[in-house]
Amino acid sequence: MTRKSLALHLILLAAGIAAPFLFPAHTIQFAVFWIFVLFSQTWDTMGGQMGYNSLGNVTFFGFGMYICAIVQIALVYNVGDYTAADGAIKVDFTDQQYYTGLALGVFLAAIGPVILAAILSWILLGLRGPYFAIGTLGVAIAAAELTSAWGWVGGGSGIAMPVFPGGPGMRERFFYGACMLAAVLCYLFLRWLYSTRFTLAINAIRDDEDKAEALGLHTTRYKTVAWCVSAFFLGIAGALFGNMTGFIEPLETAYPTLTFGIFMVAMTLLGGKGTLWGPIIGATLFYTVRELTWTYLLGWQYIALGVLIIVNVVYFQQGILGWLRARKPEWFGVRVETQPSKAVGKP
Amino acid sequence: MRVGAIASMWDNIQILVTAPVFNIQLWLNGLSIGAVFALAAYGLALVWGVTSVKNLAQGDFVMLGGYLGYELSRHGVHPIVAIVPVGALMFGYGWLIYKLIIRRVIQLDLFTSLLATFGLAITMQQVMNLVFGPDVRTLKSGFGRFDMFGGMVDITQIRVIAFGMCAVLAVAMVLFLRKSRMGQAIRATAQDPRAARVLGVNTDLVYALTFSINSAICGVAGVIIAMIWVIQPFYGIAYSVRAFVIVTAAGLGNFPAVIVTALGLGVIEQYAGFVLGAQFQQATVVSLLLIILIWRQLLLRRHRLALQ
Repeated sequence: MTRKSLALHLILLAAGIAAPFLFPAHTIQFAVFWIFVLFSQTWDTMGGQMGYNSLGNVTFFGFGMYICAIVQIALVYNVGDYTAADGAIKVDFTDQQYYTGLALGVFLAAIGPVILAAILSWILLGLRGPYFAIGTLGVAIAAAELTSAWGWVGGGSGIAMPVFPGGPGMRERFFYGACMLAAVLCYLFLRWLYSTRFTLAINAIRDDEDKAEALGLHTTRYKTVAWCVSAFFLGIAGALFGNMTGFIEPLETAYPTLTFGIFMVAMTLLGGKGTLWGPIIGATLFYTVRELTWTYLLGWQYIALGVLIIVNVVYFQQGILGWLRARKPEWFGVRVETQPSKAVGKP
Repeated sequence: MRVGAIASMWDNIQILVTAPVFNIQLWLNGLSIGAVFALAAYGLALVWGVTSVKNLAQGDFVMLGGYLGYELSRHGVHPIVAIVPVGALMFGYGWLIYKLIIRRVIQLDLFTSLLATFGLAITMQQVMNLVFGPDVRTLKSGFGRFDMFGGMVDITQIRVIAFGMCAVLAVAMVLFLRKSRMGQAIRATAQDPRAARVLGVNTDLVYALTFSINSAICGVAGVIIAMIWVIQPFYGIAYSVRAFVIVTAAGLGNFPAVIVTALGLGVIEQYAGFVLGAQFQQATVVSLLLIILIWRQLLLRRHRLALQ
């Protein structure tokens, strides 16, 4: 890491830590921002680096959310009774109960989706291109429908999450810190991962899977691991997001295929897929625009989203970083051979 | 509670066994819904085969057609008559969408077309939601119902008419593709666009026409759906998923199989709704999609093992 890039990282980190203290009224919005960063980063591992465009990554998000909720409740109460009461039962969690439940919940919410990803890999990863996208979309819709129909986890009416024991200001800061930590850890992990042989392998799969296989790569194993990495961080994101909103239900918070599920793709494409920083830039831009305009658009917001996706995909496919890379290759360490005759004319 | 659910499932199966006329009811409902699925899936297969664009907005085209029919009928046009202007309007709409979006994604990779049409689907849903409101609508066609088996089984006359219209439309499409000059050009483009271009086929026109025909078929299907069932801005995705289930199961380019699969899906869905309960109807369709995808993959795996 050069000194300049280290300084940039530190500045961004400091800004991230300072944000909730500078604008305490918007702490939750900043926390959701980190969730969005997690969304696009994890989507890019599959979609950008490996070329497997999943429309159903949100499955792991919702799965993690539900695992965490069930674990938190199950530690102190009977889950069936709790959900059957539709939030009428107020369980007072002691501090210790709450934090133990949350820690164990987040841990299992990371492990559970990884196992699910491994199983789904076995089923779905033989599909390629659009079939994979449709298959994963089907998984996400099926997950939402099945959860809605399953009474034990609250069905369509959802679960009221345990109440955070600390004061109101503490709650926001706590979850902000947790979300930021998760996103930064995800970034650092992916940064390391993208410098290893593993990423060369999944890039090879993206470029030509048959040739990669012919060269002796065990492609299925690589694809499975890549999806498990996505699922791991998405599960954590789901667990944190569920606790942060305080109430979870299958269609709008846990498995929202049409909002979060498609935001992931839109943000990554906007920033430039297949790069480390593209998804983060895309998430920042998308989330800022969304927060600033969402409330004023009054019903037009999803139209704007649809139009954004269409324009992005049809006219601006390379994304912001891809566009910059084409215009300023030297910024990305790509040496451009300029012809001497042209170089002479410039001062 | 789970024991209770299984017991009620068992009761429902018992009903079907002891009173076979209920089976006939389910079959009639299933076939009439399946005929509409067949139209949407047929259009999807046509566009998929010719332009290789996978239209995820298929169901939303159906809904738009339904709403156009609804608006026309509010101005005194009978729904069955409204099919003609709706078909024409949707043809124009398809042409516009082709020129704006589809034309630019045909050359790009496959996921792009999927995502672009997904964006289109979101936009269309929301515009319909704003313009027509989120209420569930239905078209009154003013027909009665046929009673059979002493009133145990009934079917609305409009369902019979709708089934007939779907059949006529399907036959007309097959004849158009088989016999007409343009139909031949469409089939030639589906087989090999480059060769077709060399031989003087205007492939851009063929693509535009194929997409517009699909849009018109969807529009007609939408009016029929509005007459025999209900329309709502967000129900479109259900039809898109069903169309994909059907086309993936039947295989591309096999139009008779598409129709048979569509009718079969309609019947299976009715049975699943009856036995498992209506809340599982959507889940059944999606699970079927996954089962079909897995099954195809196992076939592929066997094929690859055989090659090795």
